[in-house]
Amino acid sequence: MEWKRRHVLGLADFRVEEMEFVIDTARSMEEILTRDIKKVPALRGKTAVNLFFEASTRTRTSFEIAGKRLSADVVNFSSATSSVTKGETLLDTAKNIEAMKPSILIIRHPASGAPYFLSRFVSCSIINAGDGANEHPSQGLLDLYTILKAKGKIKDLKIAIIGDILHSRVVRSDLHSLGRMGAKLWLCGPSTLVPKEMERTGARVTYDIREAVKDADVVMMLRIQLERQKTAYFPSLREYSKMFGLNRSLFSLAREDAVILHPGPVNRGVELSDELADSAQSRILNQVESGVAVRMALLYLLAGGYDASH
Amino acid sequence: MKKASRKVILDAKGMERVLSRLTHEILEKNKGAEDLVLVGIMSGGVPLSKFIQEKIRTIEGLEVPAGYVDITLYRDDLSRAGYQPRLKRTEIPFSIDEKKVILVDDVLFTGRTIRAAMDALIDFGRPRNIQLAVLIDRGHRELPIRADYVGRNVPTSRNETVDVAVGGSREDWKVLLNESTPAKGE
Amino acid sequence: MLLIKGGRVIDPASKRDETGCIVLESGKVKDFVQGDQAPKGFEGRVIDASGKWIVPGLVDMHVHLREPGFEWKEDIRTGTRAAAAGGFTSVACMANTKPVNDNPEVTRYIREKAMREGSADVFPVAAVSRGMEGKEMSDYSELAEAGAVAFSDDGKPVESALLMRRALEYTKAFGFLILSHAEDAELCSGGAAHEGWTAHRLGIPGIPSAAEEVAIARDILLARQTGGRLHIQHISTRMGVDLLRMAKRGGLAVTGETAPHYFTLTDASLEGYNTNAKMNPPLRGEEDRMAVLEGLIDGTIDAIATDHAPHEDYVKRCEFIAAANGIIGLETAVPLSLGLLAGGKVTPSRIVELLCANPARILKLSGKGSLRNGADADVTVIDPDAEWEYVEADVLSKSRNSPFLGWKLRGRAVATIRGGRVTHSIMSGVAVDA
Repeated sequence: MEWKRRHVLGLADFRVEEMEFVIDTARSMEEILTRDIKKVPALRGKTAVNLFFEASTRTRTSFEIAGKRLSADVVNFSSATSSVTKGETLLDTAKNIEAMKPSILIIRHPASGAPYFLSRFVSCSIINAGDGANEHPSQGLLDLYTILKAKGKIKDLKIAIIGDILHSRVVRSDLHSLGRMGAKLWLCGPSTLVPKEMERTGARVTYDIREAVKDADVVMMLRIQLERQKTAYFPSLREYSKMFGLNRSLFSLAREDAVILHPGPVNRGVELSDELADSAQSRILNQVESGVAVRMALLYLLAGGYDASH
Repeated sequence: MKKASRKVILDAKGMERVLSRLTHEILEKNKGAEDLVLVGIMSGGVPLSKFIQEKIRTIEGLEVPAGYVDITLYRDDLSRAGYQPRLKRTEIPFSIDEKKVILVDDVLFTGRTIRAAMDALIDFGRPRNIQLAVLIDRGHRELPIRADYVGRNVPTSRNETVDVAVGGSREDWKVLLNESTPAKGE
Repeated sequence: MLLIKGGRVIDPASKRDETGCIVLESGKVKDFVQGDQAPKGFEGRVIDASGKWIVPGLVDMHVHLREPGFEWKEDIRTGTRAAAAGGFTSVACMANTKPVNDNPEVTRYIREKAMREGSADVFPVAAVSRGMEGKEMSDYSELAEAGAVAFSDDGKPVESALLMRRALEYTKAFGFLILSHAEDAELCSGGAAHEGWTAHRLGIPGIPSAAEEVAIARDILLARQTGGRLHIQHISTRMGVDLLRMAKRGGLAVTGETAPHYFTLTDASLEGYNTNAKMNPPLRGEEDRMAVLEGLIDGTIDAIATDHAPHEDYVKRCEFIAAANGIIGLETAVPLSLGLLAGGKVTPSRIVELLCANPARILKLSGKGSLRNGADADVTVIDPDAEWEYVEADVLSKSRNSPFLGWKLRGRAVATIRGGRVTHSIMSGVAVDA
């Protein structure tokens, strides 16, 4: 197939063959990361700007490393120390940066739909690095890639995702990537954070963690986001950890060869026990590795060709 | 409508003879197979380098390491592609430091592919030298690149193409010269 | 003397629906004449309304004119000009101006400005609470004296049940009306769209239906407790309609309105993060839309009011959650309301009730809402079959925030007469009076 997208705003309209194409490209990129000189000249002379309106070191660093491995010039713009605190609108900020002619903008913003909004006004390519509670497409793809590497396939795997489903853009993207590839998805967490309506996506909803984990091939734990909660959705961290945290004995209900994923950063002892986070079943670090490869693939596919900034 | 005429300029038997000769030349010039490694350029150079590897095994009784390199990410015309070329694989699971690398490709034309392949190789290590073996040299160099071992020189015009078919079984291997002539009135 | 002849005169307040002519003189309705011919010996201006409806001047009981304080979005002159183009001769404007209309000076300012520059009669609605802070009652009698026709903190709910109780109880004696923007502020907080599958899919924080329903229930029960007069604004939910129906069955003096977008659109319009589909209360689901329709059909909902809320481009041209709430509506109310005829369950008479007779009655606007002899010479001529496209270039409001831009509409106010003078006309041969 021929890659035709100018932006990667979300996985909602990605066809299976497009996702497979990105994963395939990521495989080639991963080989580069095994060399001594982890660099290829493919994006030489191209500029990628990390436009982050929300704190995030790991995703930003991942994109930065991905860009640099492709020989792109990567520039970081973070809103805390910028014109945004002086009241500049999102559109103005983006247009100002665009005037400096980057090839790609990588945007993370607390408002759902912000990258879609910008794509109407800005002519360079846009990668959504997370918009509000909407999507985080590169995460959806790297989770897909990590599970493929661990299990060799996606179809018919039981994948349990546990935590704050309501506010999670990672879950939404994963539902598109893993769901479309045929996984049987189970969503679990406190009922205030897991709307039953999510079953409309084809996933199963349960409020019983034992039911979710039983015979699972993959257990994905989500970080319980204290910073997003303005009013409590559950009584206390203690209560949450007791009912929805993953520990060794609960994990033993999963299949013997089950693996553990987590988008990070991990609240050790809250949603995931210390011991499990470091166990052989944990693929959390593989996710990070896969993340760089997937992001390299996305940067290459969007900016490696004609220069969209012209 | 363009009329294409295709001519087989080398059949399977012919290719076998040519590749055998190339192998002998490589061994002669390098005084044996010691410190030799083969790197085929994706995709056409790969089956050819495998053939050479087997031939060396037969002649010298030595296993020369063979790998392959995808030069897509090193192309100098990436910006001009309107789409993203599909990436292939690079696999060089051995060190090339201080080795004599025989780069193998099917057709040598402008030389840009070879330039890209050399850039890729340098990123992998520091070979003692790089030598180039090609099945067909069709001329029209745009860079100062020359092959050390040439199977067949085939002078061509720019609107002709040379196709080396090395898929499937070796009995079906062949080299085709395609002439496209503009139809009357075009 | 002005004669509007040959149209279908629909005047539910006078129980009239027949072909005829309306004679206007000295700013009042002088006479109704049956048939489509001018009365013998008539000398004066004639407007030929054959094939069209002749109805009492439409009354919009919920608009935001933005003056004083937000004149870049709209002002009294442009807002009433847009009203006239939409067929409205009277509008009731909300108090969330700057300064807030919680004192007689602002009320008088609005009335006087409208009399000098307005293309429609403007009836100010003053705030329920001082500064719209929800703490203390405004001086209702003084405000009424200055021209306020009702009281509302619209834009914000009255959060304190105690204050709402006091306001309803106090105004009861004077027969004043409280218009309620009914929503529970805490249940709404953080939300930007109807809490349903669409918002969910788009990752937009939701405003549950319960936020409106809880508040409507509260206000209805307080009205029951106190005997005060209550009117629920912009009803958008199924339970909201049900609660109003129940209140009416119980004999309570509660009325209610909805806006054209609540019976025309649903949250499906949010697709693509369309900020012109963002308002408060939000566009709800299909079952809510059907319930609002049902309420209009069975008489539960008394009025259609646009909640015309102009906003400048740049507060709408941004990411969804940051966009301002509200859409303009004066110029599209008629075609969207005429859309109600399609189901066969709503009559033209009922539409006129919803768009003028009832609002005039609820706000006690004397002389408005009917064409009986002696009523004010406010007449709207509607062409129910006119097909037109609503384009930006033709918008008379200062703002352009409408989800209906680009729509092909059917039905239009083709001439508007207020106090005997033509304030709007797209009829050939009928000029607007300066």
